[in-house]
Amino acid sequence: MSREGAGTDGAGGIRGGAGTGPGGAAPGAAAPGGPVLQLRDLKVRIATRRGLVRAVDGVSLEVARGEAVGLVGESGSGKSMTLRAILGVLPPEARVTAGQILLDGADLVPLSQADLNRIRGRKISMIFQEPMSALNPVMRVGHQIAEGPRVHLGYSRSKAAERALDLMRRVGIPDPERRYRAYPHEFSGGMRQRVMIAIALSCDPEVILCDEPTTALDVTIQDQILRLLARLCRESGVSLVFVTHDLPVVAQLCQRVAVMYGGQIAEWGDVRDVLLDPRHPYTLGLVRSAPDVDEVRESLVAIPGSPPSLVSPPPGCRFHPRCAFAEEDCRAEPPPPLRELPGGRRTACLHHERCEDVLATERSPR
Amino acid sequence: MSALSLPGLPGPAPAQAAAEHAAPRAARRWYRQPALMSGLVLLGIIVLAAAAAPLLTPYNPIAQNLNATLLPPSARHLLGTDQIGRDTFTRLLYGLRTDLRIAFIAVLLPFCIGTALGSLAGYFGGWVDTVLMRLVDIVVAFPFYVLIIALVFVLGPGERSIYIAITLVGWVSYARIIRGEVLVAKRQDYVLAARSGGLSGARIIARHLLPNVITQAIIYAMSDIVQDILAIVTLGYFGLGVPPPTPDLGSMINDGQNFLTTHWQLTTFPGLAVVVVGLALSLIGDGLADLIRPGAA
Repeated sequence: MSREGAGTDGAGGIRGGAGTGPGGAAPGAAAPGGPVLQLRDLKVRIATRRGLVRAVDGVSLEVARGEAVGLVGESGSGKSMTLRAILGVLPPEARVTAGQILLDGADLVPLSQADLNRIRGRKISMIFQEPMSALNPVMRVGHQIAEGPRVHLGYSRSKAAERALDLMRRVGIPDPERRYRAYPHEFSGGMRQRVMIAIALSCDPEVILCDEPTTALDVTIQDQILRLLARLCRESGVSLVFVTHDLPVVAQLCQRVAVMYGGQIAEWGDVRDVLLDPRHPYTLGLVRSAPDVDEVRESLVAIPGSPPSLVSPPPGCRFHPRCAFAEEDCRAEPPPPLRELPGGRRTACLHHERCEDVLATERSPR
Repeated sequence: MSALSLPGLPGPAPAQAAAEHAAPRAARRWYRQPALMSGLVLLGIIVLAAAAAPLLTPYNPIAQNLNATLLPPSARHLLGTDQIGRDTFTRLLYGLRTDLRIAFIAVLLPFCIGTALGSLAGYFGGWVDTVLMRLVDIVVAFPFYVLIIALVFVLGPGERSIYIAITLVGWVSYARIIRGEVLVAKRQDYVLAARSGGLSGARIIARHLLPNVITQAIIYAMSDIVQDILAIVTLGYFGLGVPPPTPDLGSMINDGQNFLTTHWQLTTFPGLAVVVVGLALSLIGDGLADLIRPGAA
């Protein structure tokens, strides 16, 4: 398999030319009209004993056809909740309280579960973090792949089985005829994730939501899976929403990225712009806390403090208690809205120009 | 790249890998389970003997012979004869036939109904769950045998009444077990994945949840069937079971007890048969439980 254009080996690889990633040519070419998927001011609240958690607090983003969009942030920043809200599979104590989820322009939020069942698995599917627990342990792998086409496309048993074998070949599972009848525990972690991808692809969806699909895999397998996703993205024009906390992975796979903090989007833009030239102190912190292979830094810079409580978030900018640039105006309610920057970028930071200064001094030769 | 993966990266954990392989290996060694094996052998012998009763004994279980009443055990009558000259060994085999047949049929209905209702309650929760579980609480509040006997008494003696009574009382245990298992299983990722795949609730229950939780109900069914046999025998003893002259262990015990001091074999052997059947089924249940429950070996 050839390199997919993007740098792969770490944050440093970004400099090698990410952003021309897998679907680099696709978004413009394959997009007849608006975005496939669009979130508008999405809000998800979770009722807990400690109070109402604002898990997702006004998230807006759009995904073009054939594009891979990264969703980056710490644990508890609302990434996974955003994905689950899109599919309408939130935990029972959580609900969407505001906003729109537009698939091809049609809002999914008001749909009933029965109506959503015609979209889930067919137009939008999902890949999970733990391929072991996300596969049914007592069902043959082939049947799990064939189930979607049987249910959604009305395939006959034999046609669905044919489809499953074809998918297994496409995702690189060797000897599919034999492995069709195997159970998940007979597969390795990487092969299980390929099965998950085959299931996600089984009805030719428009969007695949990936919830940290490579986190549970070791690095070489991780790389294979990312290449596979990139290839599928390119070949079939499917769009990806890729949730991760791993910046190099985003750099390798995605064209655009949303950095999430405290249930809100801190920064949005092209992967290369955002990761090389952050315009939000949180992104800056993330980039500086990621180990770099090409360049041996004196030390990793951790972001001080801990993520905010989403029950009673800090007033104003969610990040200000941990921010070196924080001023009085950062503490004022309401939180600063995303402001547009040149190049289709957006940032929530009121003092984003300070990031430039920091980067300039850091990169100047000493 | 691989050098980078060395420290602290989540590779496949050895413990997890071992646990994954334990299940199929245990399944392949089912014949090494002493409890399961002895239970199966014992039950096999009993079922075979009951099924082959016409071949094992020349007598008719309901044919009376007033010239040969209350005979002691001999070569011609292995366990002697009863007060109207019927061969006790023959009646024992045919009685086992009746009672085992009723018990095996009687265990199926509550198994199916309880499993269906329990999985609905566990999966959908809400008012379905509340209503069903209150119903379960009410039934459980009464002792099993008392409720069965009362129901059969009201419905009138006979096989049909036994089925109805056991179903009405028995489903609650299955419902409780399956509901609990489904409550745990529905939190698993594969159920979330199935929901994300746009599968309906009914399909998720039938294709994804039940195959994962049904084993617990099967294990319970093994001890439930013992309870059912005891209930059937008890009903027979009270004259509420299968009407005479059809042989039945309960009515044999009852008939023989008038002669307990002089012809103890008339009551003792039917009683022993009940004990041995119960033992065999309990051994199978225990063996299955050890086999299926992870960690217990």
